[in-house]
Amino acid sequence: MNFRMIGKFLSQILLLEAFFMIPAMLICLNDGELDVAACFLITIGTILVIAGTLYLFGRKANTSFFAREGMICVSGCWIAMSLLGCLPFYLSGQIPSYIDALFEIVSGFTTTGSSILSDVEALSRGLLFWRSFSHWIGGMGVLVLLLVFISAKNSNGFTLHLLRAESPGPSVGKLVPRMKKTATLLYVLYLVLTVLDFLFLVFGGMPVFDAVCTAVGTAGTGGFGIKNDSMASYSPYLQNVTTIFMLLFGVNFSCYYLLLIGNIRSFFKDEELKFYFFTVVSSIALIALNIRNIYATTEETVRHSAFQVATIITTSGFATTDFDLWPSSSKAILLCLMVIGACAGSTGGGMKCVRIILLLKSLKRSLRQTLYPNRVEVIQLNHSPVSEKVISSTNTYLIAYGGFVILSYLLVSFFDGHPPVTSFTAVLACFNNIGPGLEMVGPTQNFACFSVWSKLVLIMDMLAGRLEILPILLLFSPSTWKRT
Amino acid sequence: MKIIIAGIGKVGDMLAKQLSAEGYDLTLVDSNQNILESMIEKYDVMTLNGNCATMPVLRQAGVENAELLIAVSNADEINLLCCMTAHNLNPNIHTIARIRNPEYTEQIYQMRNAFGLSLYVNPEKQAAEKIANLLRFPGFLKRESFAKDRVEIVELRVDANSKLNGVSLSDLNNIVKCQILVCVVLRNKTAIMPNGRFVLEPEDRIYVTAPTNVLAFLLKNLGIITKKVSRVILAGGGRVSYYLADDLERGGIDVEIIEKDRERCTELAAMLPTANIVLGDASSQSMLESEGMSECDAVVSLTGLDEMNIVISLYAADMGIPQVITKLGHAEDTMILSRLPIGSVVCPKELCCNTIIRYVRAIHNQSGAAVSVHSIASGLAEAVEFSVDPSTKNCNTPLKSIKIKKNVLIVCISHSGKTEIPNGDSMFHQGDTVIVVTNKVLMQLNDIFE
Repeated sequence: MNFRMIGKFLSQILLLEAFFMIPAMLICLNDGELDVAACFLITIGTILVIAGTLYLFGRKANTSFFAREGMICVSGCWIAMSLLGCLPFYLSGQIPSYIDALFEIVSGFTTTGSSILSDVEALSRGLLFWRSFSHWIGGMGVLVLLLVFISAKNSNGFTLHLLRAESPGPSVGKLVPRMKKTATLLYVLYLVLTVLDFLFLVFGGMPVFDAVCTAVGTAGTGGFGIKNDSMASYSPYLQNVTTIFMLLFGVNFSCYYLLLIGNIRSFFKDEELKFYFFTVVSSIALIALNIRNIYATTEETVRHSAFQVATIITTSGFATTDFDLWPSSSKAILLCLMVIGACAGSTGGGMKCVRIILLLKSLKRSLRQTLYPNRVEVIQLNHSPVSEKVISSTNTYLIAYGGFVILSYLLVSFFDGHPPVTSFTAVLACFNNIGPGLEMVGPTQNFACFSVWSKLVLIMDMLAGRLEILPILLLFSPSTWKRT
Repeated sequence: MKIIIAGIGKVGDMLAKQLSAEGYDLTLVDSNQNILESMIEKYDVMTLNGNCATMPVLRQAGVENAELLIAVSNADEINLLCCMTAHNLNPNIHTIARIRNPEYTEQIYQMRNAFGLSLYVNPEKQAAEKIANLLRFPGFLKRESFAKDRVEIVELRVDANSKLNGVSLSDLNNIVKCQILVCVVLRNKTAIMPNGRFVLEPEDRIYVTAPTNVLAFLLKNLGIITKKVSRVILAGGGRVSYYLADDLERGGIDVEIIEKDRERCTELAAMLPTANIVLGDASSQSMLESEGMSECDAVVSLTGLDEMNIVISLYAADMGIPQVITKLGHAEDTMILSRLPIGSVVCPKELCCNTIIRYVRAIHNQSGAAVSVHSIASGLAEAVEFSVDPSTKNCNTPLKSIKIKKNVLIVCISHSGKTEIPNGDSMFHQGDTVIVVTNKVLMQLNDIFE
């Protein structure tokens, strides 16, 4: 294990994090909240000291860097970022418990949006901004951002290990031959969409601060609201803009690249994209039918149905209405959407549409092979064969996913003894990076009702869900730490 | 610049490593997914699985906006077809194909036109030429020619009983009594660019720049006995052996090829009527002895197995054969081998890569581009040849008043047929050929200035 190289990456990541804290600190200064600004300053100082130490440690690193280092590096970076990123909440005393502060920032970085705060509006604006901005940082991935700055000379295969470990999806690839260009393209697309979202919100009369927080929260498909009622008090226009942008951020970014290079045919023929939008539209229609008697007008029904479907399938977690009060068939649909999640290569979480497609296709193949044992079939996606390695890793992922969810559910129930629906949807909401669950963790509730141990389990769930299990699982695997 | 490499074998791998490190956008095409998988984990490249000679695959690889296609799959015919198809899809693309079947040698010029080739490479033929060059001056471990063969950089090993042992470089000219320059010393796995106070030690490998016409004189003054080679044993009868035997026979040197495959022996005997073709296993010592190895002037190990070649060369060196040459096909790092007494090492894939990289740099950087590139000192340094053209800065200014980058050494200026080892008063003139040794990547001559 090349610890020095990992240390070097870690120091660079922490440096980026310190840099990202500066806007929040400036907001505090602007608001005259000097004590909160001081907390940010102390945090930045601490981060710089740690980053400096790590830099000295990793200065003379040799460049041997393989899949194992990539995985450990990614999970290590995310854990270190979270441990330090929660300091402003804790130091300012606005979230008095360290574990609560950690829960809040992990929920931010992993773009979950679950909160332990019952009164969000009580936080100072700098902290609110930092909370929302953490969604933007975590959405596309901070190591991918680091790859933007990597020099072409030093870049070799190891960059792929980082991208693979941090970007969601069963087979992560590059858009263009150079990793630096790929990462730059991804971030440019990300930034452009975020700015567009911001402009649409401001145009609709949202205050600038609210618009920035909502735009970055939507971009990362995070879901931290800055109001106690999330998005409910905003105008229907603003809610609709947010619905559309949540859905856009749930699309695989390589599809946008196809549009960019003018390959419109492949864009519209993409199987995952078709599956994603089919699922969205049919869910909206079914739920709208189911809840037509709750709201006064059709417009309101469709708007709430669309918003809730978008927020759940893209795993954002904003809310415009309390869907916990909806009939159970609607809740069942939402529960299914929680598991499906957004597209691979997007900022959303969940199982990812492409995995569902692959699992269905391999199930179909298995059925046929049982009937006709001599038939040889190759699974195809977008008219090109999918390697057996990808199929088997998808199957493995399903098992790991199920195992993780069940184990967490057992642990959370064991620690707190909340009703099954609460515990189960809390685990699902955290693991799929959604935010709200049902009943005691519903859209109008929060996660404060859990004990410290349950919160730690949920923190691990959020990280494992964001990094797609393997990097976190490898941390606990003895063979990772064996000398080879 | 976008480059497609079709066929990932030894040469493809080496090219991907070099070119991706130089910052080009590479797409690798091969029909073996496992090889591609290992490539993408090693280098910053894109890969594509498929037959590189088909239009859909080439299109998907982006041949329409690529500037160069390098076809180095293991079949000549596929390489040719690949280049032709690419050329039809994009008439502006440069194409390089590896063609190594000797039977095609005769028609190579017709093929270049017919298939739209910009360049063809033949690693085995290049290796044979290199070996023939070494055999002409026994005593040097490596020779790299520059400036239309007027200047060379040669590699020598300092032995304990050599005249060079313990000599400081400023005193060197008193011993060799001719104009030379030690440009790089390889000591303990590091390449040093020495100054005048540097003292040579045993086991050092030195790289010396010298005009070609003083090489014989240099060998004589160093006390290295040079007897003209008249009888050579080639162990292994592959393609390199054929090209080399053909070349040597023309020069009147007796060649004996030991090959263990009967059919190949018959083929060789038909193609090389004057050479001695022996059926046998070159790795057996009794076989070598019975073929009169002790009386030959040089042994060249050319079998398909690197380890076999090393063993044969060790044995030959132990027998006291004046010149031993070892071919290495796979070995990546010759550094660990440099301690073994296996004589000169010739690596066909490296020669081929150097040719291709030189071409790539030339199209990337039309004016002032490198005329030739040779990696020396086990790849730790590069010797690059440039021509001085109107775009060159600092012409007609003495070198002592120009700021040159660190670790860049101007080892030779060739001016209208006269070669000169430069000093502070030397200067560049239009049309000169300049040879520079460095451990950096130099794209054009102007890169050497601060």
